[in-house]
Amino acid sequence: MEDQKIKRVYVWEIPVRIYHWLNALVVVTLAVTGYLIGNPLAIQSSAEAYLGYWFGTVRFIHFVAAFIFFFNFLFRIYWGFAGNKYADWKNFIPYTKKYIRECYDVLKLDILHIKVKPFISVGHNALAGLTYFLTFLAFLFQSITGFGMYSAMSDSFFPKLFAWVVPFLGGDFAVRQWHHLMMWFFIIFAVVHVYIVFYHDYVERRGVLSSMAGGWKFIEKDKPT
Amino acid sequence: MEESPTIYEQIRTSGYSRRDFLKFCAWVTAFMGIEASGIGNVVRAMETKHRLPVVWFHFQECTCCSESFLRSSHPIVAEIILDKLSLAYTETLQAAAGYQAEEVLYNTMKKYKGEYLMLVEGSVPTDNDGVYCCIAGKTSLDIVKEAAEGAKAIISWGSCASNGCIQAANPNPTGATPIHKIIKNKPIINVPGCPPIGEVMAGVIVYLLTFDRIPELDGMGRPKAFYSRRIHDTCYRRPNYDAGLFVESFDDESARKGYCLYKMGCKGPVTYNACAVTKWNNGVSYPIKSGHPCIGCSEENFWDNGPFYQHLASFPGFGIETTADDIGLAVGAVTVAGIAAHAVRANIKKRKLINADIEESKKEGGE
Repeated sequence: MEDQKIKRVYVWEIPVRIYHWLNALVVVTLAVTGYLIGNPLAIQSSAEAYLGYWFGTVRFIHFVAAFIFFFNFLFRIYWGFAGNKYADWKNFIPYTKKYIRECYDVLKLDILHIKVKPFISVGHNALAGLTYFLTFLAFLFQSITGFGMYSAMSDSFFPKLFAWVVPFLGGDFAVRQWHHLMMWFFIIFAVVHVYIVFYHDYVERRGVLSSMAGGWKFIEKDKPT
Repeated sequence: MEESPTIYEQIRTSGYSRRDFLKFCAWVTAFMGIEASGIGNVVRAMETKHRLPVVWFHFQECTCCSESFLRSSHPIVAEIILDKLSLAYTETLQAAAGYQAEEVLYNTMKKYKGEYLMLVEGSVPTDNDGVYCCIAGKTSLDIVKEAAEGAKAIISWGSCASNGCIQAANPNPTGATPIHKIIKNKPIINVPGCPPIGEVMAGVIVYLLTFDRIPELDGMGRPKAFYSRRIHDTCYRRPNYDAGLFVESFDDESARKGYCLYKMGCKGPVTYNACAVTKWNNGVSYPIKSGHPCIGCSEENFWDNGPFYQHLASFPGFGIETTADDIGLAVGAVTVAGIAAHAVRANIKKRKLINADIEESKKEGGE
């Protein structure tokens, strides 16, 4: 059946989708284990310490997830140069007037509900792209501080690359504090992110929610993109 | 340098036997983290090296570093530094006073220019031209700069000289500044702690004597031999941490069992020091062993990173005991409220648009 009004656009390629869901999984894991490391539950037992290792396991999961998170993030940066135009790095950095104007338009249309000339952003809209750019900075900050703290208890070369972070920020305590505070950025981002996706799916019905599963969006042909 | 008895000769004259001397060398070698084959180097250095001229300054501080040093468990330590190293000047111990004391200081600085070791205890106030700490009519700022000029190396004793300690805590009314931020062109060894462990202090000095070079330092200028590991990593209570066994109150059953003090605000996981290995007072104990969380006294800003009995620090500007989690939760609540408001408003504002599409869809479906 050929629909005259709607065209299908393949927006998110497989690597982007895998990146997205892997990232979602490890970020949730990192936030949960990270919160536990900061505020451990005191599950006491009368057993001797050598019989238990649950807190050590929580930390181990945090570290493994951190490595996956970091290299997944590196891969996404690579894909910003290798992927299709919707995955391109240019979607994330506000370096043109047009980009900034679109940010304002999205703000008016979707956040403040002020009428503007109708337009469609097929991939990320400019404001979303900018927000993801901020999250990439947060990813970077969290990776640097995390591996900085990790470097002291590791002999392998990779975490050692981050050993400069601790003296730079004035000791482990400060690094831990910033790392912990930044966790809340991730939590709040996730809440807003999920809501906004539902909002777009509800109001625009272009298949945003399922696009990250199948890769396709459905765009009206008669509206300017 | 003028010919004078070697350190070994002086130790012997003080009444120690060769056996005592060798025991001391083996002991201090172990403390420095040098392998057993290095004992010979230490012995040879002590036997052949002469007096090392030392000036020891006291600025904004409480003298706890000197006290700690004097209580170093081996008697030869005090003997070596205070008698034999030619401690030319130290405000709290010297017999001379007034002009005599200043004369000794300046004679040493002139005679041994480029050779003397400068030890500093205490931070240096820099606000208002440094008037908050003056000795013999000079500000400590001027004294430090003048003495550093001819020093071979500088050792910053304690947290005061290494990172400012308590007097540099917010709002730092005197502009208390650690030595490494004032002197840039000399090798500086930071030996933080409030106080540092006496054996650590002795180890650093003997290392300098033995090898004539600065020990290997970490990113914050601390000797790696003593400051490369966290107290947490060497703590005997660590298995309790990994097993998730935590003290939750100072008088609970877990405290009696000696569980981990992490939830009581122990700063062991962020503090680099040798307390858990070397321990204090002749290896008797250290704070955690005595049931009290580490307060992180050898870390920069430890005073501002409080409260001591809370794992997460309170956040400056948000009132006492407001942690990152409280702030995060508050921002989260505001976010959820904003989302709810937005959802309601979206349903009102976009109602027409959504309804029109639903109507259209019905029509198309009916065709």
